[in-house]
Amino acid sequence: MLTPVLSRHWDDADSFTLEGYTRHDGYTALPKALAMAPDAVIAMVKESGLRGRGGAGFPTGMKWGFIPQGPEGQGAKPHYLVVNADESEPGTCKDTPFMMANPHALIEGVAIASYAIRASFAVIYVRGEIVHVVRRLQQAVIDAYAAGHLGKDIGGTGFSLDVVVHAGSGAYICGEETALLDSLEGFRGQPRLRPPFPATHGLYASPTVVNNVESIASVPSIVLGGAGWFASMGTEKSKGYTLYSLSGHVQQPGQFEAPLGITLRQLLELSGGMREGHELKFWTPGGSSTPLLTAEHLDVPLDYEGVAAAGSMLGTKALQCFDETTCVVRAVLRWTEFYAHESCGKCTPCREGTYWMVQVLQRLEAGTGTEEDIATLLDTCDNIFGRSFCALGDGATSPIVSGVQYFRDEFVAHITGGGCPFDPVASTVFATAGATA
Amino acid sequence: MSLTDKTRADALEIVARYPQPRSALLPMLHLVQSEEGYVSADGITLCAEVLGLTKAEVGAVATFYTMYRRRPAGEYHVGICTNTLCAVLGGDAIMDSVQEQLGIGHNETTPDGRISLEHVECNAACDYAPVVMVNWEFYDNQTPASTRELVDACRAGTPPPPTRGPSSLCTFKQTSRVLAGFADGRAAEGVQAGPPTLLGLQLATARGDTAPAYPAVTPTAVTPTAVTPTSETTGA
Repeated sequence: MLTPVLSRHWDDADSFTLEGYTRHDGYTALPKALAMAPDAVIAMVKESGLRGRGGAGFPTGMKWGFIPQGPEGQGAKPHYLVVNADESEPGTCKDTPFMMANPHALIEGVAIASYAIRASFAVIYVRGEIVHVVRRLQQAVIDAYAAGHLGKDIGGTGFSLDVVVHAGSGAYICGEETALLDSLEGFRGQPRLRPPFPATHGLYASPTVVNNVESIASVPSIVLGGAGWFASMGTEKSKGYTLYSLSGHVQQPGQFEAPLGITLRQLLELSGGMREGHELKFWTPGGSSTPLLTAEHLDVPLDYEGVAAAGSMLGTKALQCFDETTCVVRAVLRWTEFYAHESCGKCTPCREGTYWMVQVLQRLEAGTGTEEDIATLLDTCDNIFGRSFCALGDGATSPIVSGVQYFRDEFVAHITGGGCPFDPVASTVFATAGATA
Repeated sequence: MSLTDKTRADALEIVARYPQPRSALLPMLHLVQSEEGYVSADGITLCAEVLGLTKAEVGAVATFYTMYRRRPAGEYHVGICTNTLCAVLGGDAIMDSVQEQLGIGHNETTPDGRISLEHVECNAACDYAPVVMVNWEFYDNQTPASTRELVDACRAGTPPPPTRGPSSLCTFKQTSRVLAGFADGRAAEGVQAGPPTLLGLQLATARGDTAPAYPAVTPTAVTPTAVTPTSETTGA
């Protein structure tokens, strides 16, 4: 049921070191890839069915194939690989422990991907608020250079690659790939109008692939095992293994590597279920930008198609589970405050819409709202969704629309009861542990 | 002012890492914080001079990002996650408790300059909730009582090591230097992973679950290479 590949050796105390990684055949995929034609590497990743693990699920090999090659036009410009390690989607906590435990798997993936797209400069854009992960990445790059896995003429093949670890500065919007590129160019991180897409006009207006950490880190295993091996896991259109992150009111939160298509029920059964004496009320399949699901969705296959059919999105596979002690209005308000805080201000629907929705939700939570406020919220969401510059605005509507869809009665109860019917203490982890303020 | 010729030399070293100089701006602002404790007017001037930008252009970037402080940060910058999951699991109670303890609120610094406080957004450690960051190091699975102890220790200048991080806590300025891209040689310190990170692997091992073994010869390999998968590769 579980298929540890990326996490296979995380229990080695030195799993993050060059020695720890090479002990388990680390850096053996790189020479194998370098012995192939770059286009053959792209074809292999295409054939594997690997799709972006950062949320959108775009086929990784196809993205690589969009990079113009050859001596003419954009193809003649330098090519770049940018790894999106700006993990900031609320609930998402997979890339961070991964990079802390095994940064070299990412570095090896970076080298292979750069070779495939013919890039000689790659950047790992990692969020700045996880400084020990930054340290581990910096050291991994230093050690990979010293071992000849990065730098000039790698393995005598003529392929050269420089890699820079670039720490971000606290802006959720920089997880959006074009905002990330603006930030990496030294500007405010605001999304760009597309087209043109990064594949032709990315970093420094040159052909650029932006991939999530987990996507890139999956590549060495594909090179070693082959496309068929990778595709033997998962479901028809969602191939391979992936990291699921279980958090919230569960007995045992943590990281689980499984084939795409496993269900939340299976993951909860494996890990001991919800905390003692409580039951699942609502959950996110892939971070706060993916519409909430409820206990009736426990058997939804957690692959791109299955979650979409249930009216949500697979996203980052961040399974935040909340039990019946949690006030959904409070949860939705807090996420909305997050989106309002992180809205970059570039487009009106998102900048103004999130600002107003916070105020409406605040009075609803305080018990001073009206039923009309619920309609106003949904109407505002309608004016944001699909009308914003980037996916941040769309994501901001997800918790509200799904929250009202499944828990309208609870919103109404705040109005009729003149306040929140929940005791916030009951939802804390120390409520039952005896710890107090 | 604490910005020196060395700071300028470091800034130029950052510039040299990138194909285009302006990409150095964000790391350079971290560098300024490593010297000044915040993005000072002198720091903005230095960035502008090195990159050939106006001070307004640098300021426009610095004010966009929450990690750049407009006033001096405390020696220990305490960030309490109050995004939904941590908030519900106890982050709100922790924030209330620490505000009462310190007598300061969000984005404020104690008069002695020792502690600054901030409520932070999701810090990618939800399986360790509620999470508190000090100088952007992880203090996992906090309670109001444990965070008060942590803050008291920081005030006394004797902070405990992070749960997942180096064997002793860096100051805000030292941390900022790492973020500017200058490795501090402490990557090997601390655990490789905490228990929740390892949970799935341990359950898989206990159940005998593995990924399928790699095929002995991968069908898509175009040429034989010096390296062939071994039994170790299969993870079996």
